[in-house]
Amino acid sequence: MKTSNKINFSRRAFLQTSTLASGGMLIGFNLFTACKEDVKPPIDLSLLNYNDFNAFIKISDEGKVTIFSPNPEIGQGVKTSMPMLIAEELDVAWDDVHVVQGALDTKNYSRQVAGGSQSLRHGWEPLRQTGATARQMLVNAAATRWGILPSECKTKNGVITNSNGDILGYGDVAIEAAQLEVPEEVALKDPKDFTIIGQGKSNVDIDEIITGKPLFGLDYKVEGMQYASILRPPAFGQKLVSFDDTATRGVNGVNDVIKFGDKVAVLANNTWAAMKGKKALKAEWNQDSQAESTALHDEKLMAILNGDTFDTRREDGDVKKAFAEADTVLERTYETPFVPHNCMEPMNFFAHVSTNKIELVGPIQTPAGTASRIAKMLGRDESEVSLEMTRMGGGFGRRLYGDFALEAAEVSHLAKKPVKVVFSREDDMTDGIYRPAIKYRIAASIKDGKLTGYHLKEAAINSNMYGLIPNFFPAGAIENYKVDTANYKSNITTGAWRAPYTNVLASCEQSFFDELAETMQVDRIQLHKDLLEKVKGTTDEQIQYSPERLQGVIDLVVDKSNWGNTKEGVYQGFAVYYCHNTHVAEIADIEMENGYPVVKKVTCAVDCGIVVNPLGANNQVVGGVIDGIGHSMYGELTFENGMPQSNNFNSYQLIRMHQTPQVDVHFVKNNLAPTGLGEPTLPPVGGAIANAIYAATGQRLLKMPYMKHYEPQKIIG
Amino acid sequence: MPTYNLKINGKLQTIEADSDTPLLWVLRDHVELVGTKFGCGIAQCGACTVHIDGAAQRSCSLPVSNLQGMEITTIEGLSEDGSHPVQKAWKEIDVPQCGYCQAGQIMTASAFLNDNPNPSRTEIRSAMQGNICRCASYNSIEKAVEVAAKELS
Repeated sequence: MKTSNKINFSRRAFLQTSTLASGGMLIGFNLFTACKEDVKPPIDLSLLNYNDFNAFIKISDEGKVTIFSPNPEIGQGVKTSMPMLIAEELDVAWDDVHVVQGALDTKNYSRQVAGGSQSLRHGWEPLRQTGATARQMLVNAAATRWGILPSECKTKNGVITNSNGDILGYGDVAIEAAQLEVPEEVALKDPKDFTIIGQGKSNVDIDEIITGKPLFGLDYKVEGMQYASILRPPAFGQKLVSFDDTATRGVNGVNDVIKFGDKVAVLANNTWAAMKGKKALKAEWNQDSQAESTALHDEKLMAILNGDTFDTRREDGDVKKAFAEADTVLERTYETPFVPHNCMEPMNFFAHVSTNKIELVGPIQTPAGTASRIAKMLGRDESEVSLEMTRMGGGFGRRLYGDFALEAAEVSHLAKKPVKVVFSREDDMTDGIYRPAIKYRIAASIKDGKLTGYHLKEAAINSNMYGLIPNFFPAGAIENYKVDTANYKSNITTGAWRAPYTNVLASCEQSFFDELAETMQVDRIQLHKDLLEKVKGTTDEQIQYSPERLQGVIDLVVDKSNWGNTKEGVYQGFAVYYCHNTHVAEIADIEMENGYPVVKKVTCAVDCGIVVNPLGANNQVVGGVIDGIGHSMYGELTFENGMPQSNNFNSYQLIRMHQTPQVDVHFVKNNLAPTGLGEPTLPPVGGAIANAIYAATGQRLLKMPYMKHYEPQKIIG
Repeated sequence: MPTYNLKINGKLQTIEADSDTPLLWVLRDHVELVGTKFGCGIAQCGACTVHIDGAAQRSCSLPVSNLQGMEITTIEGLSEDGSHPVQKAWKEIDVPQCGYCQAGQIMTASAFLNDNPNPSRTEIRSAMQGNICRCASYNSIEKAVEVAAKELS
C-alpha cells in the first residue's frame, strides 16, 4: 500500500492528442507512464493497490464531450466519479458529457483494474490534469484565433470568452487545439471553484438500468452463440473419472458435450437447454486430495493458534516481557467462517476463439491479466486478443479471478464456435473463490492500569493478511506490540472478498478493544483517543493511518450518534478503523425484539478527503455498512466431504430489507485528496454490532456469524 | 417442440420452447428482453420479477406452458421511456449501485404500490424483503418507494 498520495509524472510522457477522422479532438493520457516507479505486475493482492488509469476525452465539433472511462464498473461508481474529475477541469457542463466504457486497451490504457478502493485516490491528480490540459489547449487555440493572450480568455460550461465579448465553443476550436503543442504547465482549480466535484451526480447508466437495457455480461449475445453450462467437480479435491452424456444429448436444444480437464461443458441453443443438459449428465469422480470439512479447518486453525510457528509481521518492544510483568492479561479467540461472494449476476463470460483473433466480452475486474492468461493458455499472441468490459452485476473481489473467462475461451477453442459460459447460482456458490476462514487470538497486558502490551496471532486458510495491514491501528500506539501470522494450506479455493482480511480483522480487534476498555475500567472512546494521542508525530514510516484523522472521525461519530444519551431500550456499540486509505468510525444502535438484537441504526463518520460525488459516496458507505452487518450476522459457508453445504439463497442467508438499519452518513469536511469508499466502511461494523449486542445482553460474541452463536434472551413481559 | 402464444408487454408472440422452459429464459433467450435478470433460479432473490396479470411473480419459476392468455409485463413494458413513477423515483434517489437487481426491485415495488398506494414504512420493508440487493441499496430502495408512493397517491 502506498504511503503517499503524491504522484509524479511527466506530462509529455503521457499526454497525446490527435485530430479525429470525423472531426474534433481526442486527448489521451497514460498514468502507467506517470507512476512507473510504483507500478508492478498484478502478481498478488497487495499489488492491486497500485492501480493506474488513463482515459480519453473526445470533443466533437458541436462541443459535446465524450469521456471514456477505462476502469471496470462493478457498482462502486467509478464510471461516474472518474469522468467527473476530468469534466471539472475541462470546465464543461456535466449535462454535455457522455460517458462510455473503454475497452481493454493495453497500448493506450494500462492496469485497468477494479480493486483495493484505489480508483479515485490514484486518479485524483492525473484525471484533473488531463481535463485541465485539454482546457488549456482549447483556450490557446481560441487566443491564437483572436490574436490575444491565453490569459485574457475565460472558460465556463464549454464556452470560451474574452473581454471584447467574443465567444467560441470548445467544438469550434477542437481541431485547431488538437494540433497545438501540449502545454508543460497547467493550473488546477482551487477546490472552492469546483462546480462538478462535490455535487451529487446520478449513476451515468441510470436510464439504461431502470428501463432494462442490455448492459451486463449475461445480456450479451451474438448470432450463432452457444450457451455453455459446465459440470465441475462437486467437491474440492476431486477429479473426473468418466461421464455418460446419453441423456444430455437427448435434451432439446443441446448441440454438443465437450470434456476439458476435469470439467464437462454442455453447449446448447439457449441457457435453459444447457442447464437441463448439464443436470442430465452422469459423472464419476474420485477424491484426489483430502476431502476437507469445517470441523477439520477448525481443528487445524486452532492447532496453529495453540502452537508457536508463526511469521512475525511486526514487532515493537518486548511483548514477552510486558506479558510476564502484567497485573492482568486479557486473551480472546475470535473465529470467522468462509463466505462466498454471491454477486447477483452469476459468473459468466463470452469468448469467440477463431483462427485469427480471440474476442472476449464480459464482466471482469482484471481485464488485462485475464486477456494475457487466455493468450498464454491457448498459445496465442496477446495482440490477437480483444476484450470488452460489460457493466458488472457486483464484483466484491470474485471477478478479479478470470476462471470463468478462461473456461469460456477453452470451450470456444474446442467447439470452434462463439460461446457464453453461464454459471447457475449453484455453480456460482459452490465453485467459488471464497473469503477464507480465519481465527485470531488477541491478548493484551495491563500493568498499573495501563495497556502495556498487545499480541495478535492470525491463523488463516491458505494465506494471511497482506502488505502493511500489520501497521494499521493499533500499531504504533502500544509500546510492546506484535503481529504473528500462519496458515493452513487447503485445497478449497480462496481469494479476495470486499476489504480482504481487514473485513474480519477490524471487527475482531474492535470487539477486543471494547472488552479491553471494560477490563481496564476506562471509557471506550477515551481509550482510543488516548492511544491515538501517542501516535501523533510518529516518525515510524510504516504506520499507515493518521491519528488526527482517526480522532476526527471518532469525534464526529460521537457527536452525531447521541452516544451515551440514547432513549431507554437502545443499546450502542462503537468501532473505529482505518483501511484502504480511509478513516471510519461507526456506532451501531440496537434494540431487543423477542429476545433478539435488531440493528436499528448505524451512524457512520468517514474521512475520505474531498467527497467527489456525494450521491455515489453515500451509496458506497451505506452499502458497505449493510453488507458488513449482513455477513457478520448471517454469512457462513460450511464444508463437509470437500463440498460446500449451501448452494443457493434458500440455504445461504443474505441480508434483506426488513433486517436493514438506517445508515446515517457523515463526512469529515476537508480539502485533502480523495480516497476510496468501496471497502473501508465494511470492516469495523461487525465490531460495532458485537459491542452493541454486549451492551444489550451481556453476551460477548466471539464467533461469526453472530446470529448463529447468539443465545436468545428470555422474553420479558 | 411445442409452440405457445404469449402476450408480452401488450404484444402477442409465438414461442417455440419445451413446456418446462421458465418464462425467464423465454424472455431472455427467445424474445430478446434481457431486462429481466437471472439471480437464483428458485424464486428466492426476486431479480427475475415480472407482472403476470398485474401481480409480481418470479419468472424463473413459471413454466411457459402455464402462461397462455395472461398479461405478461416486464421492465421493458412498465413504461416506454422510464416514466413510470417508480422508475422516476429510482432515478431521483439514484438507487442503483451495480444495478443488476433493480429491474426486479422496480417490478416488485410497482405491483406493490398498485395494490397499496399509501404504504407505511413497515409495509414497504415487508413487501420488498423478497428481493435481494447484494450491494445493499436497501435504504435507497425504501426511500424511492416512498417517493413513488407520494406521486401515485
